[in-house]
Amino acid sequence: MDTLILLVITGLGLGALYFLVASGLSLIYGLMGVLNFAHGAFLTIAAFLGWEAGRRISDGTWTGLVISALVGILVGATVAVLTEVLIIRRLYERHIEQALVTVGISLAAVALFEGIWGTDPIYTDRPAWLTQTTEILGARIPNDRFVLIACAALVLGGIVLFLRKTRYGLIIRAGVENRHMVTALGIDVRRSFTLVFAIGGAAAGLGGVLASVYYGYVSAHLGSVLLIFAFIVTVIGGLGSLTGAAIASVLVAVLQQFANFYLGGTGDLVVVVLLAAVLLIRPRGLMGKAA
Amino acid sequence: MTAKSLRLVIGGILLVVALAVLPLLAIDIPGVLPGPTYTPGTLQLLAFALLIAALALTYRMMFGLAGLLSFGHALFFAAGAYGLAMTLEAFGPAEWPSALVFTVSIAVTLVLGFVLAATVGALALRVTGISFAMVTLAFAQAGSVLIRRNPGSATGGDEGLALDTSNVPPELVGVVDTRNLYWVALGILVLVYLIVLWVEKSRAGHVAEAIRENELRVRVIGLRPYNVKLLVFIAASVLASVAGMGYLLLQSGAAPRIATADFTLTLLVIVVLGGVGARWGAIVGGIVYTLLDQRLTALAGSDAIAALPDILRVPLSEPLFILGTLFVLVVLFLPGGIAGLPARITTGRKQHPAEPEETVDA
Repeated sequence: MDTLILLVITGLGLGALYFLVASGLSLIYGLMGVLNFAHGAFLTIAAFLGWEAGRRISDGTWTGLVISALVGILVGATVAVLTEVLIIRRLYERHIEQALVTVGISLAAVALFEGIWGTDPIYTDRPAWLTQTTEILGARIPNDRFVLIACAALVLGGIVLFLRKTRYGLIIRAGVENRHMVTALGIDVRRSFTLVFAIGGAAAGLGGVLASVYYGYVSAHLGSVLLIFAFIVTVIGGLGSLTGAAIASVLVAVLQQFANFYLGGTGDLVVVVLLAAVLLIRPRGLMGKAA
Repeated sequence: MTAKSLRLVIGGILLVVALAVLPLLAIDIPGVLPGPTYTPGTLQLLAFALLIAALALTYRMMFGLAGLLSFGHALFFAAGAYGLAMTLEAFGPAEWPSALVFTVSIAVTLVLGFVLAATVGALALRVTGISFAMVTLAFAQAGSVLIRRNPGSATGGDEGLALDTSNVPPELVGVVDTRNLYWVALGILVLVYLIVLWVEKSRAGHVAEAIRENELRVRVIGLRPYNVKLLVFIAASVLASVAGMGYLLLQSGAAPRIATADFTLTLLVIVVLGGVGARWGAIVGGIVYTLLDQRLTALAGSDAIAALPDILRVPLSEPLFILGTLFVLVVLFLPGGIAGLPARITTGRKQHPAEPEETVDA
């Protein structure tokens, strides 16, 4: 029983990370048709700069962590907006090239981060409470999982509120549904492209800082590892669907934990099999719109 | 045969002959090659470049000809390399002559590559666009994980797998015989080129091209896109595993790096850098990329770079950073890649290569 609870909550924590990356990917693809390979780079740079800011001001305390998170969100959003405005916008409506450009950015970015911060993981200091465990029904759960789950829930709630209650949210939802119709109604969808990149970048930035808490280190490859799983999550959930991304994140992460524990560390393989199965049975994903 | 195509054929033959006699000459291009062309180090690099060019050519056949954006091409290259290494090690009755064991191992690997390609292709091609890319990525990722996990110590895990040379012809082993390996690599490139040319000029090739442009129309005419796409997929994948076998012999081993998604992305970079519109673009792209990668790595370790201030030194000492940036610039400003350059210079106009629009469509 306690193993079960531990696996579920750890899965939820990992799922929270996946969701923070996948939410942006899904919105960007849904609205613009861009498969953003640079998303991992947004996450990594946010994690590094957040860590640099946090450790300069107050290392290993809650203040430091909050500052890291704020810096991470800001950096993620800024870098994402710059990428969109300076590079992706130039290739408007040319989806293959847009995906190719983001591939180039991600390759270059990882190399640059390796050049600046080195190839080895840098271990980070965390507030003491995060390294301890709490006992729930006999299971000893690492405390950082709760922070991850809470943050992801907040982000999910925030994005949903934004999409449902604001005018920009309405335009984004309508754009995901049918971009040509929105354009035909005289609304400049391109402004919401930048906005979607900003939101996705901010979520990925927060994800970067939280990933450094979860793994206990920052490294140049932090983003690339999460990105592959975030892609899988996005496709399983249905491209363009935020709810789908949330459900698939939890599903994939929990399944991964269970397979790792009960099936001798085959978590990655099980996830890949799940992806293949979902795509072959239901190519548009769990919650995706019909192609 | 028109005069123009005759000139092209003769030019091609002359080029192959020129490449073939390279190991006998002492051409030194400082800055491009690490040493004169007869030295094993340079031949090793050139042979590697030729194999990567062959691999890029197969990837272009899928992406450029049929418009299939696959993220799993590395899987088949790795299947060739690991497949041959594993059959050579596991199999080989002592009473058989080693030449026979070697030939049979190659045949077994080819069959394995074919079965793998047919299975993955048949499944992945049931979906199109981004979903296709993701299914291929998933299979490649599974392969990569398997190789790293090292089941039954068959793949060597992170260490990679060394070539068991007991049944390999002695002419293909050792530093002195790098020259022979270079010829093998050149042979593989020519073979791949001819098969790719044959597929592209065949009726199936024309249908594949039509599918890239407009799949719906092909359906309306009454043809089945699925069969043609599967044919192209299998042909490209099996040829990729042939290149993989060459890689194994050249490097005397297989490293898990060649099965990763990053390696497929590198191929994509090579094909786009060279130009999707032309076959020779992929070859030039593969050779230029390999040489650039090698020379930039050498440059990164040089004193000239170390003396620079940090802000210049850090980016310049990372070859992948320069290649990635170069790639972004090519996509932005040079849509035809290297192969599009002559046309742009002669016409002075921007010209878009014949390449798939809107294939990224869920």
